[in-house]
Amino acid sequence: MWRRCLLSGMAVWLAATSPALAFVAYVSNEKSNTVSVIDTDKWIVTHTIKVGQRPRGIEFTKNGKFVLVAVGDDDKIEVIDTATHQVVDSLPSGPDPELFTQDAAGKLLYVANENDNTVTIIDLEKRVRLGDIQVGVEPEGMALSPDGKILINTSETTNMAHFIDTATREIVANVLVDARPRYAEFKRDSSELWVSSEIGGTVSILDPAKRTITGKIEFNIPGLRREAIQPVGIGITKDGKTGFIALGPANRVAVVDATTHKVTKYLLVGQRVWHMAFTPDEKYLLVTNGVSNDVSVIDVSAQKVIKTIQVGELPWGITFAQP
Amino acid sequence: MSSVTVNRHHSGFSLGQYVTCLNGIVWREALRFVHQRERFVSALVRPLVWLFIFAAGFRQVLGISIIPPYETYILYEVYIAPGLMAMIQLFNGMQSSLSMVYDREMGNMRTLLVSPLPRWYLLFCKLVAGTAVSLLQVYAFLLIAWFWDIAPPPIGYLTVLPALVVSGLMLGALGMLISSGIKQLENFAGVMNFVIFPMFFASSALYPLWRVQEGSPLLYYVCLFNPFTHAVELIRFALYGQMNWISLAVVVCCTTAFMIGAIYAYDPSRGLVRRGPAGGEA
Repeated sequence: MWRRCLLSGMAVWLAATSPALAFVAYVSNEKSNTVSVIDTDKWIVTHTIKVGQRPRGIEFTKNGKFVLVAVGDDDKIEVIDTATHQVVDSLPSGPDPELFTQDAAGKLLYVANENDNTVTIIDLEKRVRLGDIQVGVEPEGMALSPDGKILINTSETTNMAHFIDTATREIVANVLVDARPRYAEFKRDSSELWVSSEIGGTVSILDPAKRTITGKIEFNIPGLRREAIQPVGIGITKDGKTGFIALGPANRVAVVDATTHKVTKYLLVGQRVWHMAFTPDEKYLLVTNGVSNDVSVIDVSAQKVIKTIQVGELPWGITFAQP
Repeated sequence: MSSVTVNRHHSGFSLGQYVTCLNGIVWREALRFVHQRERFVSALVRPLVWLFIFAAGFRQVLGISIIPPYETYILYEVYIAPGLMAMIQLFNGMQSSLSMVYDREMGNMRTLLVSPLPRWYLLFCKLVAGTAVSLLQVYAFLLIAWFWDIAPPPIGYLTVLPALVVSGLMLGALGMLISSGIKQLENFAGVMNFVIFPMFFASSALYPLWRVQEGSPLLYYVCLFNPFTHAVELIRFALYGQMNWISLAVVVCCTTAFMIGAIYAYDPSRGLVRRGPAGGEA
């Protein structure tokens, strides 16, 4: 009996102390025109890849073989081969591509072109441009509904979230949100759409079916001016219970109860925290700190910042390959 | 009481007798500490005032650079916590020395020193007792600090213990050395002004050394050569499960030096200060 207890105890201990699965994160460095590759086993930068000018939006292809990075000043999307860590191809976007999203099958890419007020649709297999959708001024945030039927684009200057029907490629609704909407994120069950407003200092909660604002997440950090709180990147856990919001120059990530929409904690990270990505097992959340040139690692269950890793200059976007 | 007599006999004592002596002194110190509740409260209030008020005011000052042993950005209160732990030990060390002056004035020390055990051992026991009391205070502080979001890794609470013992011994030995030079209790205020405050402020307890260096290179060197800085850094690293070897070496060397100094100073035949009959101690 005691041997069984001992063995099971050892098994629990081994499970608790065994290292988490190693993943690889790709971080776009806007100023140094590079992409840093981070190994989450050792938490170090293993490769630095030279890319085009002003890399920002970054995402793995659905098959995990390539990383797409929007190089805004070169007006294209570059394709990095994850096996060789080399730029192997490029995709035609509009002028100054910033953020983009893919459909579930990984066949279509929707790109927000900041200087052209358009969203470009690209066929990823043929690597050709299928067409453009006219949206508001300075389009940025891009999100596809989990069923793939509605594409959301936020336009920074028009202060709107545009609802685009992916079948007709037409805008079907516009929702006015607070000033300078930067990013949009759906809950996995499609029950809510979150849109961050950088200047407004809020995150609007939208009902995707009714296409109306149902609530707002407000932030208040003692000792900080309200103007310093600028929500940008958003991450929501798969179970839809917890949200993380990067607050830009507030140097904090807000932890939000995603059911009550109340902030439960503020986590101190580096300067001008911008975008974020979960490891595929959702154990960790990595956030990019633009001004301090590093990436902070948040333990999701402990809601604690455990490490900060130096990367290139002005880290902007971050992505993990999804299993 | 003659030290000559003591020296003649001490080699014949058994380990049990040494342990009894240690027990007696530590127990007396513990009882004294337990009965002086105000002392415990004030020992806790002092660092907590720094933590809740001072650190809150300077909250935004730090968080701009990552320095070892930290692996990410930290709030100011997290930074000063090890400094406040060392501060507890610094005050405790000085308080122990104060109690020795008091004992000497009241004649209690005579009772202690008539023990046939060697004098260095009696002083060492006194030092161990003072350090044990400081550990209680520090862990009580850590418990309260935990509710203030100062939560080092769980293993840190264990790894910091040896560091606290070494730093407690060093600060206690320093207090003992100083107490040997204080003739009257009233003179203790000078210790506050000339030892505690300079040691605490000219250290890495409240601000990292790189910040001090930016402000004043001279002050940086003063801080660097301050043994209290190394006690703070030893505690800081140990609290995060790491070892700062330089600080350990400095603290161990200083402990030895202060202890030898205290034993020398408390030897009536060679003491640093020749004491007259007024103090009551030979």
